[in-house]
Amino acid sequence: MNGPATRLIQSGTRRSPIRWRMDEAGWTALPAALRQEPELEFLGLWGEAERVHAAFRHAGGGPPLLATADAAGGRYAALSPARPAAGLFERMAADLWGLRAEGAADSRPWLDHGFWPRHAPLGRNPKPPLGELPQPAFLPAGGEGVHQIPLGPVHGGVTEPGHFRFHVRGETILRLEARLGYAHKGILGLMRGKSPKLAARLAARISGDSTVAHAWAFAAAAEAATGVAPPPRAILLRGVMAELERIANHLNDAGFLCDAAGFAWPHARCGALREVVLRAADSAFGHRLMMDRVVPGGVSIDIAPSGPDAILAALAAVVAELPPLRRAIDGHAGLQDRLAGSGALAPALAAGFAAGGFVGRASGRDFDARRDLPYAPYDRLGFTVPLRQAGDVAARLQVRLDEMAESLAMVAALLARLEPGETLLPLPARPGEGLGLVEGFRGEVMCWMALDEQGLIRAVFPRDPSWLHWPLLEAAVQGGAMADFPLCERSFNASCSGVDL
Amino acid sequence: MLLPRLARTLFRRPLTDPAPATYPEIVAALVERLDAMARGRLGRSLAIRHVGAASCNGCELEINALSGVVHDLERFGLRFVASPRHADVLLVTGPCGRNMNEALLRTHAAMPDPKWVVAVGDCAVDGGVFQGSDAVEPGGVGRLLPVDLLIPGCPPSPTLLLEGLLALLEAEVTAAPPPPPLRPVEPTMESWAEPRRDGPVPEDGPG
Ligand code: SF4
Repeated sequence: MNGPATRLIQSGTRRSPIRWRMDEAGWTALPAALRQEPELEFLGLWGEAERVHAAFRHAGGGPPLLATADAAGGRYAALSPARPAAGLFERMAADLWGLRAEGAADSRPWLDHGFWPRHAPLGRNPKPPLGELPQPAFLPAGGEGVHQIPLGPVHGGVTEPGHFRFHVRGETILRLEARLGYAHKGILGLMRGKSPKLAARLAARISGDSTVAHAWAFAAAAEAATGVAPPPRAILLRGVMAELERIANHLNDAGFLCDAAGFAWPHARCGALREVVLRAADSAFGHRLMMDRVVPGGVSIDIAPSGPDAILAALAAVVAELPPLRRAIDGHAGLQDRLAGSGALAPALAAGFAAGGFVGRASGRDFDARRDLPYAPYDRLGFTVPLRQAGDVAARLQVRLDEMAESLAMVAALLARLEPGETLLPLPARPGEGLGLVEGFRGEVMCWMALDEQGLIRAVFPRDPSWLHWPLLEAAVQGGAMADFPLCERSFNASCSGVDL
Repeated sequence: MLLPRLARTLFRRPLTDPAPATYPEIVAALVERLDAMARGRLGRSLAIRHVGAASCNGCELEINALSGVVHDLERFGLRFVASPRHADVLLVTGPCGRNMNEALLRTHAAMPDPKWVVAVGDCAVDGGVFQGSDAVEPGGVGRLLPVDLLIPGCPPSPTLLLEGLLALLEAEVTAAPPPPPLRPVEPTMESWAEPRRDGPVPEDGPG
C-alpha cells in the first residue's frame, strides 16, 4: 500500500520510530512523489535552524510519518505545489526561521508584519527587521463591478484579531482572503530552551478554547520523548477534561451560530448550559477552562472529592436540555433556511486538506484521532463518530450536536472507571523526541518535540487544526452571500491564536 | 414548539446570577483617578469596546460569557458596542503583540473622551506567561495606553470581570459633582406659573 512518496521518505535514515531524515535530493523529489500518492495526507510543516520537517499520514490508517531535510543555505523545495495546504506553513517557516520554500506559489510574509525587532527570530542568524511593509497585496479577483471589503483585525464582536479581505460583486463573495498573524506572541521562541514542565504553561495558552487538547498533545509529546507513561488515573482525568472542553465549546459555538442567524433563544440556552459545565469543571479541577491541569507526566491536580458529582449533575442538565434544544433548532424553518446550503465545503477539498474535526466530518472525511489513532483512555471506550456529507453550515452544526451527545456519555463512563492512584510522575531530564496527537474539539492537535542532552526543548511545533481550516473557510464562502459570512465563520470557528503562535 | 418552552421560562427562577459586590477600595481608587483626571461624568451606563491584542482567546471566552443570561451584563447598564466611536471603556486582552499595536492604538484614539482603559487578564496586566518574548510589547498594555483598571487572572472569571466593570460604574456615580449643564435649564411648569425670584426667567424655551 506504500506509494512513491512514502517509499521515498522511508528510504532516508530513520531517526525515530516515525521520523526519517532525507537528503536534499530526496526532499527535492518529494513534491513529485506526493502528486503520485494523493492518499498521503499532509499534516504540517515547520522548521528548525536550517532544517525543515513535514508530517504526513496515510488516509487509510497508521501513525503519522515525519520527513526531515537539511535546508542548506536556508532553502528547501516547496511542498505547496503538491499539497496546497502547505502554503501557509511555508510562509510561516519563512518568517520564523528564515527558510525559503523554492517553487512556492505564495511567498508573501505571513506572521511578520514588519513590527518585530528581528526577522526570522528562530533562525540560526536572525535578520534585521523587515521594517515597515507596504500595504499587503491581496490575491485579486477580476471582472466588472468588483469591490473590496476589508474587515478587521478589530471586529464588531468580542473576537480574536484577524483581517478578512473580501472581493465582492454585489452581495456575492468572489474571493475571501484571511490575513492573520495579529495574535502572534512568539510562543515557539519562548518554549525553546525550557523544560517541558515549564513550557507546558505556554502550550496551555496556544489557543485558550483548546487548552486541554494542546496541553495534552504537548504532554504526550514530552512523555514520548522521555519514555514516561502517565499513571492510569491521570489518563482518565485527561479524558474527562478533554470531553468537558469539547462539550463546552460545542455548546458555545452552537449558541453563537444560531445567534448569528438571528435566532437568540438557543444562544441563551446554550450559554446557560455552558456556564453549568464550566462551573462543574471549576469545582472539580479548580479552573473553569481547566488550564494548566494537563501537564507532562500526568495531571497537576487530582479531581476534587466532590468533583465527580458536580460533573455528573452538570451533565444531567445538558442531557435533559439537549433534545428540546435540537428539536427547536431542527424544527425552526427560518433558522434551517439560513444554515442549509450555506458555506458548503466540497468533500474533495476536505479530503485534500485533511480537514480535521467537525469540519472534515461534516464533509464526509471519516477521521477522528480518538478512534483512528487510538490512545488511552479512548482505546477502551465505545463511541460512534458522527459523519455527514453535505459539508454546509447545517451539517457542521449537526456533527457538533451529535458529538456532544457522545461526549456526555464518555465523561460518565470515564468517571465511573476512576480508581485511586497516582496522578503525576516526574519526567527524567534526557534527550529524545516525541509526537503527541490528541483530538481536540476542532480536530486533531499535533505536537512534535525534540529534547536536548539536558532534557530541555531544542525544537517544538504544536500544530492546531485551524492551520488546515483557514484555507477551507476561504473556499467555503466563495460564491456565497456576504450576509452569510458570519454564519460560515462561526461554523468553522478557526482559531487565530492557534496558528499565529 | 418553542412557545411552550418560552412560556415555561416565565415561571422559572431566573438563571441570572445576583450581582457581585464591588470592593470599596477599588472603587475609591478609581474615584481618585477620575477626580485627578477631571473627567466628565458618563452616567450609570458604560459602552464597552474590546480589543484582543494577541490574547490566547481564553479571556475572550470569559468576556463573551458576560453577555449571556447567567451574567447578563446589560442589566447593569453595561453593553458591548461594535464601534470604538460609541465606546466609553476599552477592554484590552492579551500581551500586546507587536502586530496588534497599531490597531490597538487606533481603536483607542477613535474613542471619544472621557474614556477608560481596562487591562483584562494576566497577559494584559504585565505580559503574563509571554513576558520576555520579542514579539510582544514588554510590560503589558500599560506601556502603550493609560490603564485605569487591572483585572488579573488567566483568564479572570466572568464574576471577577463583572466586579471590575461595576467598580467603574460605581466610580462614575460617586465621583465628582455632576458637570455643569451645557444649556440653560428649561423652566418647569410651576416656574412658568409663578415668576421666579432667584433670577431672570430664561427668555427662550426651545421652540
Ligand atoms: S490572560 Fe491567560 S487567558 Fe487571557 S489571554 Fe492571557 S493567557 Fe489567555
